[in-house]
Amino acid sequence: MNNQRRNVLKAGSGAALMSVLAAAGIITPGMALADWNKTAFDAKSMADTLKALGAGAPADSKDVQVTGPDIAENGAVVPVGVSSTLPNITMVAILVEKNPNALAATFVLPEGTEANVQTRIKMGQTSNIYALVKSDGKFFMATKEIKVTLGGCGG
Amino acid sequence: MANPMKIRAANKDGVTEVKVLISHEMETGQRKDAAGALVPAWFITELTAKHNDKLVLSSEFGPSVSKNPYLAFRFKGGAKGDKIIVSWKDNKGDSRTDEAAIG
Amino acid sequence: MIQGLIKTLAGAAVAGLFAGPLLAQDSKVSDEIAKYREALADGNPADLLEVKGEGLWSEKRGPKNTSLEQCDMGLGPGKLEGAYAQLPKYFKDTNKVMDVESRLVHCMVTLQGFKPEEVTRNWYSKPGTESDIEALVTFIGAKSNGVKINVPATHPAEAKMAKMGEYIFYRRSGPQDFSCSICHGQEGKRIRLQELGNLTTKDGAGFAMKTWPSYRVSQGAVWTMQRRLIDCMRQARWPEPNYLADSIIALETYLQKTATGTVMETPGIKR
Repeated sequence: MNNQRRNVLKAGSGAALMSVLAAAGIITPGMALADWNKTAFDAKSMADTLKALGAGAPADSKDVQVTGPDIAENGAVVPVGVSSTLPNITMVAILVEKNPNALAATFVLPEGTEANVQTRIKMGQTSNIYALVKSDGKFFMATKEIKVTLGGCGG
Repeated sequence: MANPMKIRAANKDGVTEVKVLISHEMETGQRKDAAGALVPAWFITELTAKHNDKLVLSSEFGPSVSKNPYLAFRFKGGAKGDKIIVSWKDNKGDSRTDEAAIG
Repeated sequence: MIQGLIKTLAGAAVAGLFAGPLLAQDSKVSDEIAKYREALADGNPADLLEVKGEGLWSEKRGPKNTSLEQCDMGLGPGKLEGAYAQLPKYFKDTNKVMDVESRLVHCMVTLQGFKPEEVTRNWYSKPGTESDIEALVTFIGAKSNGVKINVPATHPAEAKMAKMGEYIFYRRSGPQDFSCSICHGQEGKRIRLQELGNLTTKDGAGFAMKTWPSYRVSQGAVWTMQRRLIDCMRQARWPEPNYLADSIIALETYLQKTATGTVMETPGIKR
């Protein structure tokens, strides 16, 4: 019941959003904004997320790097980066295995944009971070564990 | 009503590095307020960056991107004075576009 | 700066459990935490607030429709370069020792015509509610980046406040009989992985004071020194002082005096 209500609310705001954006001229033909991948972001497990991203079971690759500290002083802001030397990378995604929803962000890289992005994510607890890249149409992955600590006092 | 972004872009050896800071709550929808009520999810869903008229990045965020998001990326080309235009929209229908010149 | 006793006890229990492995890995752990802090430094969300504060400073606002550009933060009307680094100080016009926040509120009341309660209602931000004071203090603080803290407290009123601050620092109080100095009066102390600065030395106080106001990633907000110290009181289970209370300004004066000579690095960013 709760879920249903939430979905209706989501659908409602989504529709409103589209019309507001269209009215404001923000969505214009040729801008080609992909629709937000709700299935992928709502997926809970790594496997479901990869499936929703069309990645199946990606091969591990030494040519994909996940950067970040071994220890994060606070899980609310964890700096992570993905880079890769693989050819023709068109997409990069960051996943956190133990977050309620594994997928944190996806980046579509047009030709000329390097496979080298950095951002900051929330981590609910110590977890493996996965970097997923799409190179020449195939998916590859790399991982790194980041430990999340609690500070000395709550504040 | 959203506050402006802070965009920095610098070209070095033919590659432009763009760094963006965005003012946004990025509520997960899983946090409770002082009264115990769930705070509704409120987060940026999509972000695009253009170099002049050319799209150089198109990304999608989930609510686990940190509050006041930070993003850095690099693309080939770009010259001093060229425009970098960054736009985002969130799940409540708010949006914002800011631009900066490559320095 | 003052840590809650309950949490200290919990921390001590945790530290006891992990004392062996943690000690062995101490330097590696602090290296990794240093890496974490370094990664945050470039791209401090406080910069967003600084820009907002700059706008608020020059914008005509309030019943008198005036900007804050004639506000005197201690170096003369409108002179902000280095102003934060020499506060708190004695102001003749109010006959009081004021810190950056009490002086800012004074300007918003006298120059712009706001009521004090209007200005201080949102003295800190909450999710969805922004704070003008936070933005303005971030902006004013940034104007002292790279400037040495300089609070010699030579005026008799300043010397008295510094003495009061020192007294409060060492005074055991509250239901847990706790003082600031219990956690922050010795070298090499920590709670869990959190190192506790020794605020009684120039280096310790300097390290603590130079990065404020600071973006707290755990809170997703910039904290001013008032908020930091008032929350310290809460964590020590003391009654929380009111915003801009003399006791807080006294502590600030003591800490800034001890930190004098340290170069400001503000706005900061921390856990």
